[in-house]
This record gives sequence, structure tokens and C-alpha cells, in this order.
Amino acid sequence: MAAGVAAWLPFARAAAIGWMPVANLPMPVAPTNKNKHQDEIIILNVSGRRFQTWRNTLDRYPDTLLGSSEKEFFFNEETREYFFDRDPDLFRSILNFYRTGKLHYPRYECISAYDEELAFFGIIPEIISDCCYEEYKDRKRENIERLMDDLEDNKDSKLPNMTFRETMWRAFENPHTSTMALVFYYVTGFFIAISVLTNVVETVPCSYMPNQRDIPCGERYTEAFFCMDTACVMIFTVEYLMRLFAAPSRYRFMRSVMSIIDVVAILPYYIGLVMTNNEDVSGAFVTLRVFRVFRIFKFSRHSQGLRILGYTLKSCASELGFLLFSLTMAIIIFATVMFYAEKGSSSSKFTSIPASFWYTIVTMTTLGYGDMVPKTIAGKIFGSICSLSGVLVIALPVPVIVSNFSRIYHQNQRADKRRAQKVQKAKLARMRISKNGSSSAFLHSKRNGLNQSLELTLPYYKMKLSPQGSLEEDQHLKKTTSLLESQHHHLLHCLEKTTNHEFVDERLYEQGYLQTALQNFPSQSPSLSSEEGITGTCCSRRTKKNIPPLSATNTHSHTHNLQELSALHIQCGEQHPLNTSRSSLNLMSDESGSLNCKSSGLVTTAIISIPTPPSNNSRANPDAPPPANPDAPPLPNPGTDVVRISAL
Amino acid sequence: MSSCRKRCKRQILKFAQYFFRFITGTLNADSVEDELELSAVRHRPEALELLEAQTRFSRKELQILYRGFKNECPSGVVNEDTFKEIYAQFFPQGDASTYAHFLFNAFDTDHNGSVSFEDFVMGLSILLRGTVQEKLNWAFNLYDINKDGYITKEEMLDIIKSIYDMMGKCTYPILKEETPRQHVEIFFQKMDKNRDGVVTIDEFIDCCQNDENIMRSMQLFENVI
Repeated sequence: MAAGVAAWLPFARAAAIGWMPVANLPMPVAPTNKNKHQDEIIILNVSGRRFQTWRNTLDRYPDTLLGSSEKEFFFNEETREYFFDRDPDLFRSILNFYRTGKLHYPRYECISAYDEELAFFGIIPEIISDCCYEEYKDRKRENIERLMDDLEDNKDSKLPNMTFRETMWRAFENPHTSTMALVFYYVTGFFIAISVLTNVVETVPCSYMPNQRDIPCGERYTEAFFCMDTACVMIFTVEYLMRLFAAPSRYRFMRSVMSIIDVVAILPYYIGLVMTNNEDVSGAFVTLRVFRVFRIFKFSRHSQGLRILGYTLKSCASELGFLLFSLTMAIIIFATVMFYAEKGSSSSKFTSIPASFWYTIVTMTTLGYGDMVPKTIAGKIFGSICSLSGVLVIALPVPVIVSNFSRIYHQNQRADKRRAQKVQKAKLARMRISKNGSSSAFLHSKRNGLNQSLELTLPYYKMKLSPQGSLEEDQHLKKTTSLLESQHHHLLHCLEKTTNHEFVDERLYEQGYLQTALQNFPSQSPSLSSEEGITGTCCSRRTKKNIPPLSATNTHSHTHNLQELSALHIQCGEQHPLNTSRSSLNLMSDESGSLNCKSSGLVTTAIISIPTPPSNNSRANPDAPPPANPDAPPLPNPGTDVVRISAL
Repeated sequence: MSSCRKRCKRQILKFAQYFFRFITGTLNADSVEDELELSAVRHRPEALELLEAQTRFSRKELQILYRGFKNECPSGVVNEDTFKEIYAQFFPQGDASTYAHFLFNAFDTDHNGSVSFEDFVMGLSILLRGTVQEKLNWAFNLYDINKDGYITKEEMLDIIKSIYDMMGKCTYPILKEETPRQHVEIFFQKMDKNRDGVVTIDEFIDCCQNDENIMRSMQLFENVI
């Protein structure tokens, strides 16, 4: 519960008087403030700087150091103050958290120092308020990544027990790990360069006689170039096969971009080998040679800048798309306008709208070749508008792409695409946690039967509770739930009594919901599979319908370790069923339930799930989803008393 | 005709203004945002002695109450939304806004749309330190939504529905549609002695005083402060 809201709890409790005339059941007794001392100012001395605050302020968060009795360890008897040998500047934000309920992260502070302070005072960082949370998370992530980078640099030393395949893969991915890898790296790089150079030089005209026409060198020295090409392709093929062999997941490797580039680079050669003699496809074959230029992309394994560029383009896909789209729109508009403007003039080059596209593109990108120029006045006016707008349209998305590139470059390719999603998810998770925290705290205390008030209001049933349990429970209660919590729980309890319904958590609700949907199914006899106390929960409506409980069907149990018990009913007005401290609740409502029995409605059956193994009778299982009190004495006769079908 | 001309003139003026701004390049954001909202209402409560005389709280209790109040509402008054927000924090599983609305109307005795510290403390004084008669009076006032002196079935249904809303969805047994209605029926059976379909204040107080459950629960919150 938030800090300031705790101050309004008296108001909420007073307002509960509005429910009283409407409620049909008696209310539980309020928790009393046993150690009620007047509110006093306590002094916190943090390394010499004295902070003063009300004691109540600190008590708002009982699960932190300052809110619990842990601070007594730091109490200095002579000076009557609490002394902490910590940083006073950081303590300011911590104390403000108690005062305002919001934890702020001061930006000038070091993140690890702050984390340490929070850990010391028992405050979890997730409750940092929204205004400072992003900053905190960013700094924290940077810190972690820095630590990880340091770790990785040390990690590259020899790891024992790696298989040959793993060593090879590591050698391929990080060439710095061994000299062999480095050699391989440079050799492949060299051959890529050679191959690209060969492709380029092949087309240069070199004539061996000055008066003959120029023929490209490729046709002159065919064999030399062929040998060169073959050697390069050999090397590339071997490299590809080795990578394929070493890859941890071959399928994923084959799908990756780099491997596709590799394949595209060497494929034309093999295709060319296969079909050299056929004249028809030689045209296609020539086109295929174009793909040899893709070998230059193999350099991206060697150059990080190239990789970053590729990554930038990928991540700016939407901006690029926008650029393309807006350009296309503008081109079409201006081309149309120019065409119609120049239609009148003679010998105009603007023969059709598609023909004007070329002019528009050249003008908008401010190239201005001059092969097509407008001659009419209207054409010139629109042409100038075209060039002005071209500058604008292109200039708009470019800075975004540039800034993206620089950001990625500076962060060295860290994947922060998911940053926004993680923050959003974390925020939602935090809200959910805080919401569930208070409701689950209530359910938790209900489940464990720590509701002291019940014991007091029902002395008749007090002896039913196992005697050794109650004393421990008292002490445990004092330790775990603060006064504030117990008052809040009392308030929620009153609401339950007013409406004669109980709060349950999601899982039980779903089971109960499904159960009411399935209640018309006949089934076999009930089976009981646990020796823990079964709790029957109260049903406010009973009918004469004889509904045998469902046999254990696993259709809707979503956890494996729950055994389903069949439905359980408590007879109205008969002798009380198995007792648990929860059942005292049931019994209370039974008494008034007998009043309600007249209103016959539908039976609501329930599937109670009890987790296995139920062997220990000790109290401690707070995760038990159903309200089972392990302190209850075990079932005497599973078959007879407990599981009964209500029939009124 | 003249109104048409006036409108035309206004439009032309606006257009000219817009065109001028377009040419000279004033940004839209700079120009018109001068009408600041008045800063939040600031309210200072009456003197401590006065409140002490009017309510049944001691000086210290009033101090504690005010500190808590001011912490959550620095401006000194609570408006309905803040009220609903505060109240909703206590009932995380359900929707407390309807009931908070009724509560707000019950606390806001002068019906000016905000609850000041005096209203707050008066209400609390009745609830925590008042006689049983006064408390029942207050409860009647809460249920009587239109403050006409009678509680009708519709008003009661609204109130009870809002109480059930606070329970939320995950309850055991499952909340059904007719549950609030049935609850209203029970209430009216108990309270409406002369069966005229409405509950007056006398019937209400009479009946509550005869019901020991209700009497006992009225004393429940004595020691809240």
C-alpha cells in the first residue's frame, strides 16, 4: 500500500460503517492496537547528518530495514538515536521514499553505489517510480554490459574440453582466438580481394596490338582468368563447407545471411561449369556472372563497419520505406505536371508521363543531367518547384537514418531493439505485482488461518484448533503482519461478511467457474486422496438436487502436482464436518447459512485441489492454493463424514 | 443577414490571420497557449481550536488526521477522482469507484464537489465518535442517494451493487446476477415494516436498534484513531 494511503486507512475503516446495516452476518472483531504509543519523532544519524522523522512514517513499510525491528540493532543507547554508517546523500532519497511513497533515483549518483544502499536498507529497486525508472534501468544495463564485456575479454582464454567442432566454430567466429584462425581469416580476405579484382580487371580492354580493336582482357587471357577464378572458388567452397560442418545448428547457419551470400557468390561458377557449350543459355550465363560481384559482400565478415551499415538499413526499414513512398508520390505528381506543361512545345523530349519520370528523378535528387529540360515557361516554373521540393523530400528521412547509424555504431551493435518492449513489460509487471501484492497478502493470511479475530469471536470452536498451533500462530502473527496490514485485512474481511462471498485467487476462481459450468454431469463416487484437512467452503445456496461430485478429471487442472478432490459440500445444519481453522469460518456461515437455505438456488460445487505430497502436517506451506490448514487433525474416515452431498 | 455578414467577416479575418502566420512562419504552438488554467484550488482549514470544538477529536488526533490528509492532497481539498483513487487502493481486487462515489456524496455535505478537511473530519467524527443514533443517521444518509428521506429499492440496489463491485470477479461462490437483488429483498423484508416499498429513517433506526448484529458491528471501529 502506498505511504500516504496508509494514512487514509482510518477513513476507509470508518466508512465501512456504511456496510453494517446491509450485512446479514456478524462482523469479525477488529484488531487492536496493542502497543499503542504516541507518535514520536525518531532521530536517524547517518554518518553525522541527523535526519528526523515520525516513527509512523517509517512504519509504513514494515519489510524494510527502517520499518522493521531490524533498526533496533543500530540504536545507540547513550545518544538515543539510530546510527548508520552509510552515505548521507544517498540516504536522502531513501528517507524520501518513506515520506512520499516514491523512490527516486538521483542521476548524478553511481548506479552500483545506489544499488548497494537499496540492498542495505532492504528496498527493492523495482519500486522506483516512473519518473526515474527508465534512467535507472538504462544505467543498470550499461553497467551490466560493461561488466560482461570485461568478462568476455578474459573469457577468450582457453576453455578446456571443447570438441573439435566447437573449437573450429569459435575459430571462425572470433579470429583472435588462435593464430590458425587468424591466418585463415587473412587468407580468405585476401582471396576475396583477389576475386573481386579479377572480376574488375577482366573487363578492362587490353589490346596487344595498337591498331587492333580493343578486346577485354578476359577474352585475351581466358585461361589465366579461369584458373584464378577456379582457385578462388575452391577456397570459398572449402571455407563454406568447413563452416557448415562446424556450425552448432546447421539449419540456422544455412538460413543466415552470410551463408546465403557465400552460396550466391560461388554458385555462378558451378552453373557456368555445367552449361558452357549451350549457345541459347549463354545470355543467361552472362547475367549470372553479375552475381559474382556478391563476393564483395563476403567482406562484411571482415569489416564491422559494413555489418553495422547493413544492420542500420535493416533497422531503418520503415524510414526507408517512407522515403521511397514519398518520393514515388512526388515523382508521379511532378511527372504528370511536367508532361502536360510541356505538351505544347515542339520537339519536346517529354513524350509521355513515364518519360517524364526520368526528368523528375534527376531534378528531385538535384542531379540535373540536362538531357531533358523544359522549354515552356510553365514547364520551367514547375520544374523549379520540383527541384525545391525534391530537396525537402529527400532531406527529411535522411537524418533519422544517420542518427540511427551513429547510435548503433557507438553502442557497437548492442541489441536494443527490445529495449522499449522490456520497459513496457517491466512496468506492467510492476503494476501487477503491486496490485497482487496486497490482494495476495490478504488471501495468504486468510489461508494460513492467521485471522486472530476468528479465534476470538468463536470461542466455542477454539478447542477444535490444534492446541499447539494457536500459540505459535499468535507469535507468528505478531511478527509477520503489521498493525496496518491486519487492519486492512480486517476491512476486507468485513466486506466479505457483508456480501457473504469470499475473495479467492485466480486459480480457484477458474476452477469454481468451470465447476459450475460442469455441474450437471453425473459421475462416480467421490474419491479423497489426501490426508490433509479438507476444507469445505461455504455455499450459501443449497438445493435438493443430488449431484454426485465429479471424478477426478484432469481437464481443467493446469498444474501437474495438484490432485483433484471431488466436490465437497457442507450440509446445512448438520454436525460440523472436518474442522480446520478455515472451517470455523464455514461453520459461522453455516449457522446463518441455515437462514439463507430457504432461498434455494443452484448448488455450487467446488473442486478442491490439494497439492501433493500432503504428508507433512506442519503448517508451513503458504503456497497451498486452497485454504487448507495443515494443522488440522487428519481425516478420520475419508469416505463417510466429509464428503457428503448436500441434500436439504 | 447581418449575422451572416458578421460570420463571414470573422471567417475572413481568421483566414487572413492564418495566412499571415503561414507566411511569416510562426509556429502554432507558440501563439495561443496563454490561457493558463488557474492553479489548483488552495484551501486552508479552519483553526485547530474551532475544529476541536466542532468535532469529538482531541487536538493530537486532529493533528495526525491533518498530516495524513495533507500528505495525500496537498491542495487541501479532495475532488471526486482523487477520492476514488484513494479508496480503490484498499480494494485491489474489485472496482470501488461506485461506492466511493456514494461515499463522496455522503461526505460532501455542502455538495460543492470537493471534500475539504472540515467535511472530512466532521464525517469521521460522526462515524468514529458519534452515538449510535448519529451513525445510523449517517448510514441512512449514505443509502438515500437523492436525499429525499426515503430509501427506495432502486437506491438500495445501486448501493448494494456497488458494494458487490468492490469484491471483484474472483470470489467464492461465484457472484451471480441476482445476488444483489436478493440481498435487497432481504434488506427490505427486514427493514420495511409497513410494506410500502420504501424505508424511512424511523423504520431504519428502529429496525437497526433491534438487530443485535448491527448494533454490535456499529461499535466495531471505535478505536480506529
